[in-house]
Amino acid sequence: MKKVEILGGGCASCDMLQKETELAALNLGIEIELEKVKDFEKIADYGVMVTPALVIDGDLKCSGKVLKAKEIEQYFI
Amino acid sequence: MFEIFGKLANWVTYGLFTMSDQTKLADAVHFFIEDISKIFVLLVVMIYFISLLRASMNTTKVRDALKGRSRFFGYSVASIFGAITPFCSCSSIPLFLGFTAANIPTGVTLSFLITSPLLNEVAIILLGSILGWQFMVIYLLIGLTAGILGGIFFDLIGAEKLLQPMAEKLKGTNQNSQSGNIKVIKMNMKDRHNFAKKEAKNIFLKIWLWVILGVGIGGALHGYVPQNWITDHLGGGSWWSVPLAVLLGIPLYSNASGMIPVLETLLAKGLPVGTGLALMLSTVGASFPEFVMLKYVLKPKLLIYLFGYFLVSFTIIGWIINLIY
Repeated sequence: MKKVEILGGGCASCDMLQKETELAALNLGIEIELEKVKDFEKIADYGVMVTPALVIDGDLKCSGKVLKAKEIEQYFI
Repeated sequence: MFEIFGKLANWVTYGLFTMSDQTKLADAVHFFIEDISKIFVLLVVMIYFISLLRASMNTTKVRDALKGRSRFFGYSVASIFGAITPFCSCSSIPLFLGFTAANIPTGVTLSFLITSPLLNEVAIILLGSILGWQFMVIYLLIGLTAGILGGIFFDLIGAEKLLQPMAEKLKGTNQNSQSGNIKVIKMNMKDRHNFAKKEAKNIFLKIWLWVILGVGIGGALHGYVPQNWITDHLGGGSWWSVPLAVLLGIPLYSNASGMIPVLETLLAKGLPVGTGLALMLSTVGASFPEFVMLKYVLKPKLLIYLFGYFLVSFTIIGWIINLIY
């Protein structure tokens, strides 16, 4: 099971990234534990400057973009 | 070059809808169709081209370019970068923290934050296409100046001492942040094209409703408000109309794209250019969502200074432009 964190203050982009991530996991049949991180200190800890950002198992994969499910899939493999 | 939109509007209003060209409704509808079609086409085309150029720009590069540089360099470059980098108010905080962690002076960071919402490519494109390129250049220069002067001002008053603990303790901590590890993807033409295509589509989808609303209101004003009503009633250039416009603009949460068609009509109806500009600046540049976000990193005193800075600078700009025109 993969731990997924969506970093962001909670605007529409973060919700979209969440949806696309869930879709990507669904497509690949991977179980994920998804957490939305709104705490700015935690976000800053990852060095993220533009939200939304995607973190999988503690590794920052992408920030500042709302990726589509297809693009997110590569990060799960 | 743009007559085609007028012709389209003629065809739809008088041909398709068979309205008589004497009615106010026809006037409003014609304006609506012409403006909407012109704006939509311009937006998609121009955003595509700007995004082609902007494809490899990201905030990490901006921060690294500003790290360790002199303040003078910082204010101007940060302001220019603010104009180029896309901005979302929910990124205000992460961005502020990221810059602060890299020991970038608070004033420089604020220069960036002032120009980012003000000088977004959509606003500039629309200004150029609807109100003329001179307006666009003036707006650009004003935005950059506001950013540079703002940075200088805030460092002068010691802004770096007025940060919330969350930001304060991050100062200088940016040693091994993970974002430095994200692979930098080299972009070839095809990548740029794809990026630009996506941007044009995404941004368009985000703002098309605002544009319709703005043009709708502009159209209604155009057709139904008598010429010079504004000059007669809104003090046409009297000194208090400018700060009033600025105050009005702050709670007005409008996307630039909705604001500009309305502005176009107001100006045509007699609103002085400086007053209109002040309204636009404060609507686009000072938004409540952004202030709400910034209170997490700026102490109340600094927030008030920021608010005051917007109020004063936009008012002065409005006055100066009114005097020139």
